[in-house]
Amino acid sequence: MSTPIVAAPDGFALPEEQRRFIKWTIYLGFIVLAFGVLNGLDQALNYAHIDIFRFFPGMRTYYQGLTAHGVFNAIIMTFAFANGFVALLVARGLGTKLNSGILAASFFTILIGTLLTAGAIVSGSASVLYTFYAPLEASWPFYLGLALVVISTWITSLNLFLMLAKFRREHPGERIPLLAYMGVVTYIFWDIASAGIAIEVVAFLLPWSLGLWHGADPMVDRTLFWFTGHPIVYFWLLPVYMSWYGTIPRQVNGALFSDSVVRIGFLLFLIIIPVGFHHQFVDPGVPLGLKFAVAVLTFALFVPSLMTAFSVMYALEIGGRRAGGSGLIGWFFRIPWKDPSVCAQVLAMLAFMLGGITGLMNASYNMNLEIHNTTFVPGHFHLTVGTAVALSIMGIAYWLVPYLEQKELWSAKVALVSSWLYFIGVLIFARGMISGGLAGMPRRTAISLIPYAEPPGWKLAGILVGVGGSMMFAGALLFFVVIGMTVVAGKRTRIADIPYSVTIPKPKSAGWEPKLDRLGYWIAIALVLCVVVYGPFLASQFPLQLNIPGFRAF
Amino acid sequence: MNHEAERYERFFLIVSGVFLVGFLVVLAYTSIHMRVMLPGRVGTIEAKPGESLAAAVFRTPPFNHLGLTKVGPDEYQAVYFAQAWAFFPREIDLPVGARVKFIATSVDITHGFFIAGTRVNMMLLPGQISEETYTFHKPGKYLLLCHEYCGLLHHTMHAWVIVK
Repeated sequence: MSTPIVAAPDGFALPEEQRRFIKWTIYLGFIVLAFGVLNGLDQALNYAHIDIFRFFPGMRTYYQGLTAHGVFNAIIMTFAFANGFVALLVARGLGTKLNSGILAASFFTILIGTLLTAGAIVSGSASVLYTFYAPLEASWPFYLGLALVVISTWITSLNLFLMLAKFRREHPGERIPLLAYMGVVTYIFWDIASAGIAIEVVAFLLPWSLGLWHGADPMVDRTLFWFTGHPIVYFWLLPVYMSWYGTIPRQVNGALFSDSVVRIGFLLFLIIIPVGFHHQFVDPGVPLGLKFAVAVLTFALFVPSLMTAFSVMYALEIGGRRAGGSGLIGWFFRIPWKDPSVCAQVLAMLAFMLGGITGLMNASYNMNLEIHNTTFVPGHFHLTVGTAVALSIMGIAYWLVPYLEQKELWSAKVALVSSWLYFIGVLIFARGMISGGLAGMPRRTAISLIPYAEPPGWKLAGILVGVGGSMMFAGALLFFVVIGMTVVAGKRTRIADIPYSVTIPKPKSAGWEPKLDRLGYWIAIALVLCVVVYGPFLASQFPLQLNIPGFRAF
Repeated sequence: MNHEAERYERFFLIVSGVFLVGFLVVLAYTSIHMRVMLPGRVGTIEAKPGESLAAAVFRTPPFNHLGLTKVGPDEYQAVYFAQAWAFFPREIDLPVGARVKFIATSVDITHGFFIAGTRVNMMLLPGQISEETYTFHKPGKYLLLCHEYCGLLHHTMHAWVIVK
């Protein structure tokens, strides 16, 4: 016995204009990703002492390319993908339509935001990297563009909330379908978590870049940035978790063993937002007690990911055993590895295990002294956002783009080669980054231009980064070929629905489980925890010292 | 099958939880007992109206006395300021076994203060004082790096700590 995780399992028709806007939003993400990935190649080769920046049209410095790489890939691509993908999944989960006007507003907002931000970066007036720490001062279109990119996610939230409200009106007393539940909680979580960066940009950095403030308060800006800057990684990850829970079990002919476990996992992400101080472990001015408390909270955040690891692996196991796999791990080889969507996402999960372990090291309070701001950190996050998220998004695209286009995937074979190249590439790349970091190699540094002799351990690390990064680039290139050819030359076909999963038990309508759907209470708990962790520290920063002048030598 | 899965999951989460708590206990032990300390709240430097941050830094002790000072047998204090794109002092010489308290700040933007191969690793923020203590047990030429992006020539920003 099993239960679909959507409200209307019999059928779902996405209106044509909504399909179009979802498509454009996701394609905007992919186009931006293409530029970001192109700038990844020169970063990786830089570590191997190969300088190809001068061949990049319009890119003058390493740091300009690094800003493009970080902002395009990690902020714009991920947000655009989430806006399109999550909106689609929530609509499908509730069996209802989106609001076309809101959908269009979200698309045009992120489009204009992207153009402004990208324009500022390409013009060289915003080489402030992904973290844009004041007093580094970018030109105003950079900040305005980023604000619009964030606002587009809020507009998307509105669309989700309106659909949920309608569903609740029409189905009183019913449980929220799991597929929709995950998406709605993801966006509620992000609406709260994005408050830090929103305040930082709108209240301080944007007016400052327009000359309305005369200086910046670097401590407060950093703190607001990291309030959002850690949770942002879950905003990247949760749409992917939606795929791992919401479609992968179906794609491998497995099932989710529990509905409640998934909901509890998402609620834990919602509740434990205020962990950003663990990016400030070696900052001056932050009390040690606060740092340790945040380390404990960060460790608690590993629990929902461990739950995910169990549930998703178990779903894979059900599928693998149904396909005749046996023994302790024999089932693992029987899942449909030839399905490019499954292959990419399962490889992404494997990378995520290493990403999780290295993340735990980063979060480990005083162990951070060993690796803070070394290449260990990009080694870690290229396994997480760079693979667990990015490679999963590629895997999702292998069914999503055909669904949106109503065309067959152009070549499953090339897609499989792409995923394996990318996966093996990132393992080599991350091995280099991680060992380099342990040997003291700093991150965000034009290693090919350093004026001192390389300390031991850096050279091998740099070569591995160059080789692995080039393989990742080649893998990504093939992804764009497959998607581009599918859009342009894919064979017309009819794909009626998305591959949503089933759970083995039905979600219960009595007992404690329905309380998981009373979102108001969980939101209240999340807000209280944010105030408890951040309130006293931010209060201690008043009156703000907006007196550090801007710096533009980049 | 379902009950079995729930049992396995509970076991998996309990074991994971034991590991996580165990790690935290170890971290607390290394921090409190072995004194592997993160930098904390030391102090701030505030410019008066009309005064530049650099001027405020150089009148605030200990930054009115930059460089290395011997404060006891094998005990040193090293006072640094960072500016795009250099550290001052550019080089200090220490004997093996020297226990050094590094005190540093930035006079312009956010920089990093990282001695490769050691756990001296801290951020320097304009207006904030950073402090960390480390004992050099091995002789060598240690590279002091800025490890936070600070503009065009960030990759050139370094200094040396010579331990003989």
